[in-house]
Amino acid sequence: MDASFLLTQFISGLTMATLLFLVASGLTLIFGVGNVFNFAHGSFYMLGAYFGYQFVSVWSTNFWIALLLSGVCVGLFGMLAEFAFLRRIYGRANEGGFQILLTYAFILIIDDLVKLTWGAEYKSLPRPAGFGGAIQLGDIFIPTYNLLIIAIGMIVVVAAWWVLSHTRPGQVARAAAVDREIVSVLGVNVPMTMTLVFGIATALGGMAGALAAPLRTVTPGAGIEVIIDSLIVVVLGGMGNFWGAWFGALLIGEVNAFAVAVVPQWATLFSFLVMVVVLIFKPEGLFAARKVRKV
Amino acid sequence: MTPMLQLDAVDKAFGGLRVTSNVSFSVMPGEISAIIGPNGAGKTTLFNQITGHLLCDRGAILFQGENLVGKPPRQIVARGIGRAFQIASIFPDETVLDNIRVACLSKLGETRKYWRHVADFKRATDEAHAILDSLGLDGQSERPAFELAHGDQKLLDIGIALALKPKLLLLDEPTAGMSPDERQQTRELIKQLWKSYDLTLVFIEHDMDMVFGIAQVVRVLQQGALLAEGTPEEIRANKQVITAYLGEDF
Amino acid sequence: MTNLATRNLKAASLWAFIVLIFVLVPVLSTSSYQVNLACHVLIWSLFAVSFNMLWGVTGMLSLGQALYYGLGAYSVGLMVDHLGRQWYLPAMGLGVLAAAALALLLGLLVIRVGGVYFTMLTLAFAQLGWQITFKWYDFTGGDDGIQGIIPPGILESGTVYYYFVLAVVMLSIWVLKRMAFSPFGLVLRCVQQNPDRVRFLGRRVRRNQLRVYVISSLFSALAGSLMAGVDGSIHTDMLFWTTSGEVILMSVLGGINQFFGPFVGATVIILIEDLVGARTEYWSLIIGIIIMVIVLVFPKGVVGEAMRAKSLLTRTGAGR
Repeated sequence: MDASFLLTQFISGLTMATLLFLVASGLTLIFGVGNVFNFAHGSFYMLGAYFGYQFVSVWSTNFWIALLLSGVCVGLFGMLAEFAFLRRIYGRANEGGFQILLTYAFILIIDDLVKLTWGAEYKSLPRPAGFGGAIQLGDIFIPTYNLLIIAIGMIVVVAAWWVLSHTRPGQVARAAAVDREIVSVLGVNVPMTMTLVFGIATALGGMAGALAAPLRTVTPGAGIEVIIDSLIVVVLGGMGNFWGAWFGALLIGEVNAFAVAVVPQWATLFSFLVMVVVLIFKPEGLFAARKVRKV
Repeated sequence: MTPMLQLDAVDKAFGGLRVTSNVSFSVMPGEISAIIGPNGAGKTTLFNQITGHLLCDRGAILFQGENLVGKPPRQIVARGIGRAFQIASIFPDETVLDNIRVACLSKLGETRKYWRHVADFKRATDEAHAILDSLGLDGQSERPAFELAHGDQKLLDIGIALALKPKLLLLDEPTAGMSPDERQQTRELIKQLWKSYDLTLVFIEHDMDMVFGIAQVVRVLQQGALLAEGTPEEIRANKQVITAYLGEDF
Repeated sequence: MTNLATRNLKAASLWAFIVLIFVLVPVLSTSSYQVNLACHVLIWSLFAVSFNMLWGVTGMLSLGQALYYGLGAYSVGLMVDHLGRQWYLPAMGLGVLAAAALALLLGLLVIRVGGVYFTMLTLAFAQLGWQITFKWYDFTGGDDGIQGIIPPGILESGTVYYYFVLAVVMLSIWVLKRMAFSPFGLVLRCVQQNPDRVRFLGRRVRRNQLRVYVISSLFSALAGSLMAGVDGSIHTDMLFWTTSGEVILMSVLGGINQFFGPFVGATVIILIEDLVGARTEYWSLIIGIIIMVIVLVFPKGVVGEAMRAKSLLTRTGAGR
């Protein structure tokens, strides 16, 4: 096992981690602020990939503008879903179960809407101009597009950190993740905040989808794979913990990248293995924001 | 005579805030006593420590000579401490009868029977009816518990506790939210239950008619510490208690 | 208020009526297709009722019961395929035991964390099971599934197998019903409504959750093992998350707070599937919209809403 192999896999893992983090951070944000588990979060990711395809491959929009527009469109879609449907079941008895059912319905509906609009066949997206090649480093080649994704991920992390620690909405979101009742005391319009958070979180997921589209093929039904990976990330990091999601994504991204290189067929087993170990020793996650209520 | 319950220098702090500090007292068997004090004095916290819902930072809680600190609620209730909660803790969708019956079944060790219908468990059912009868709820035994009036839900909560045949019963504000008439009835009922079930009873209460009407011993908590302890007459005459809690015109 | 005896009589006659209808299906049917359809209804009903012991009764929403359903099916499929037809019935028993063992193991892991975690972890582990089945081509046949699973002896006849399914399903549902109304079932309902109070009755909440998880899972496996012989073939889809989703849909459509709700839900869904031309291209859109309407408008399900309508009617009647 030589250094160039390690570096190649490390970069590949970092790329996956970045994409995972963009999705999982939204998932954890929604849960932290609104106590909603958005089972359909992966579907918003998929929707982002399709919007990216539509803008770039069909309407020939500039990639960067397309990326932004995909995020915005998916975010609007997410806000609509929260505003029109999810909001109606808050506070109902057995709410957790109904949330899952409702967001499960979202998955089914989004899947078919995507099929209706774009057809069932695979779609692909070209890499943006200037990022088609690779950088040579000794005897290995690192695709510049992967480096781009990692860079964008870092920008988002720094931006998110700034928003969370330096702005009032960010402080509200952090307060809510620790104690939800505090938020209403602060005089915040809770329903509006929730819709907004839902929009931001789904926009992040949508952007991740569009970013990932040139690397992976775009297919209906991709949502469920993504949600399970993000779920593992969130379980590792602790539900509702933003930085936990970042660490979890990094861990799962790297574990996956190396497992794929060594035992390609059984790679997915390894992320589960990591999760099982964490569940046994620290069921509330590595960085739990809040102690998990024992049921 | 060994005390039924003995608290020895019990402490609890949340963050930097001391909610109970250095509380010590002994409850004698067969005694009926009240804990009073302003809101936030640490009364409910003290109950939570006794029943294992909260861990003590320091100190010991002895029940019939055995230290309870560190034991989970499940084991503490099995030793004979029953509790009714400030907000009635019941099973809202079950019938009134089943609310009590599940507790009777639990006490009789019959919760792991998988086959026979609950109604076929004669002993648990009879005991449940007897308890409902003593609470005056037997006429509503087939209604789902959530349909009961607020006051009746609180009684049902007490009934669940009674079904476990406790030696020591803790009641957290049994008359809270009741009308004056209901308070009067509940006061008589609790006194009745104390006698007929042969209980040691400790209750938290803001209703002074109840406190000075039926308690043999009154303990006053203020800012987490025990301010005074004595018979109702002594407490009524205590200068500190008057300035801190009861007020001059009492 | 009806007394206990009449209530028992009513329940028993309803029970007898349902069984009678299913007994008559092969006699009255005009094609073997209808018998096959009735078989599907029965097996899915068992699956849904056992799932509802978890969710409706105990409040544990598992999104991974397909794991046990598939395990039951694959233990029959694999053993018949590798060892021969005479292993059919032992394989059913073995599948059920394996499911119980697996449920115990996984349950210890996933019940430690409650609520939404439980749901998501059951989903994650079920998908893991699906992936293993899908990728382990040499052993499971992967995407090809397993074909030609023919029950042994007289069970080979479609009609006989139907009565076999009917007997096993009705017996199992009866056992589950007894359980639901036993002291154990009462404790489970209490666990759902007020777990803290259950602890303060001196009962262990998680222990009881683990028990019902194992029980529900082994009956799901039994349903799966019965399914293996119905069409003679099994497929990895039986383990896919949509199978878990479908069983949830059946329960919520029928009504999760009534014991027979999931039974009704399963029947309705199977019949709708059949009418809409089983899985048209946009089947999941239809299902999605149905779920949305139920969740937003009729959260009590078919049976639950019917009961409410009935009680409203009798109340206004009594008021006159």
